[in-house]
Amino acid sequence: MLAIVGTVPDEAFPLTEGQVCLEKDTLVLQGRRIPVNRGTPALLAATIAAGDILGNPPPFAYLVGDIGTGRGSRQLYDYLTKHLPKAAFKVITFHYLQPDVDWHNQVLFAVEEMKPKPVLIADAGFMYVAKMSGQAEVYDLFTPDAGEIAFLADEEAPHPFYTRGFILYEENRVPELITRAYEHDNAARCLLVKGKRDYIANRQGILATVDEPLVEALEPVGGTGDTLTGIVSAMADSGMRVEEAAVLAAKVNRLAGLYANPTPATQVIELIQHIPRAVTEILKKS
Amino acid sequence: MSFLSFLKKKRTSEEPQPDRGILVFENTSEVIRAENTLKARGWKVKVKGPPPEIRTGCDLVIEFPLIEELDVLRALEGVGADPIMVVPVQSVLLEPVNLFQTKDYGEYLMIRAANMKLTVDRKTMTIVNISGGGCPDVPFLAQEMVRKPLLEAPSPRAIGHTLCGYALQLAYEEMKRQCSPS
Repeated sequence: MLAIVGTVPDEAFPLTEGQVCLEKDTLVLQGRRIPVNRGTPALLAATIAAGDILGNPPPFAYLVGDIGTGRGSRQLYDYLTKHLPKAAFKVITFHYLQPDVDWHNQVLFAVEEMKPKPVLIADAGFMYVAKMSGQAEVYDLFTPDAGEIAFLADEEAPHPFYTRGFILYEENRVPELITRAYEHDNAARCLLVKGKRDYIANRQGILATVDEPLVEALEPVGGTGDTLTGIVSAMADSGMRVEEAAVLAAKVNRLAGLYANPTPATQVIELIQHIPRAVTEILKKS
Repeated sequence: MSFLSFLKKKRTSEEPQPDRGILVFENTSEVIRAENTLKARGWKVKVKGPPPEIRTGCDLVIEFPLIEELDVLRALEGVGADPIMVVPVQSVLLEPVNLFQTKDYGEYLMIRAANMKLTVDRKTMTIVNISGGGCPDVPFLAQEMVRKPLLEAPSPRAIGHTLCGYALQLAYEEMKRQCSPS
């Protein structure tokens, strides 16, 4: 089973765990209803939409409310250190959590006690702290976007906000930034870099690129990176190798984006509704 | 050997945590006021000597959780103890991103600062999307700002907490600058 760890933008939302289902455009977890916008709720909704087609069980979520103060995140970190050693998951995806190196390391110690070791995927704040802690190589997949691959490539930067100007992202420099991230051991075993062209890479180099269909209006749409991480998580949970899952997920996310016929004002739920059709079509072609 | 055995060794070292930042002040009384303010609000901060690279300011600095920079600065501003400099502890010469990328979609304008993107409908001057980022205030900021007029929406500086919120503030200021009648 797949576990997803993250936050919802509501400070009053208590730490809650359990299997999640999607009812139209709302997630339901232990009777609590969570609107799907961007962030971890978008990731979860995409995971469920893709997982339904793949025959996966519903994902297991560890969620807490956090609006950026870090209080909810720290409560969740603490909970994970106590509960993960007894849990059994095939894949764990860590998402929007307040970056905190000490807590991150304690969670990794808890993961180390899990037998067998799950596939580890990190995006958003947890990817930042994984890099910051010097433990990036422990992870199987990172899913950085434009600004974030520059951050991973900058061995000095503690957060994308401090990425140095000479490294800052330009589309045609992605392969160079990937190489630099690996040179400084700041990348996971596999990278899925999302952008105008998506790159799937490991320490040996670029494994694949996906650049069709190209829908320019998707870049401003908040949550399209979250859906990509959700889809690749579902694919890894279905038993695919991470590299294969990354290539297929990139294709699915683009196709779902095309079907949504977006403008820069589109909201991500409109893309999520097309994920089942996109998964079906991409699997048929592969 | 387990996959984290090297980490266990690392944890014994006295190296500074990479997720910390340093607040530099003009004088010691401001340091004391800032320390009291931050501790009273529950932040784990430490007063230390400044690293040799920092030659400005007094002989004491405050180490704090860098990710929460925006929240910390707001708290200090409230008591009139603004630092003269904020830098990451691991590399004190780093500066916040100051490059913007603008993308023109005709009816819409998108501005990116670091990892954060803000998009506005030019005709209605309404914020239509916020994307990028990874700290937990990003979904919250989007929830509070999207679908609101650019000039009436709460600013990331007012309601954000983290460095992602800070990056969004820069994109927001640049958007206002580019959209203001010249």
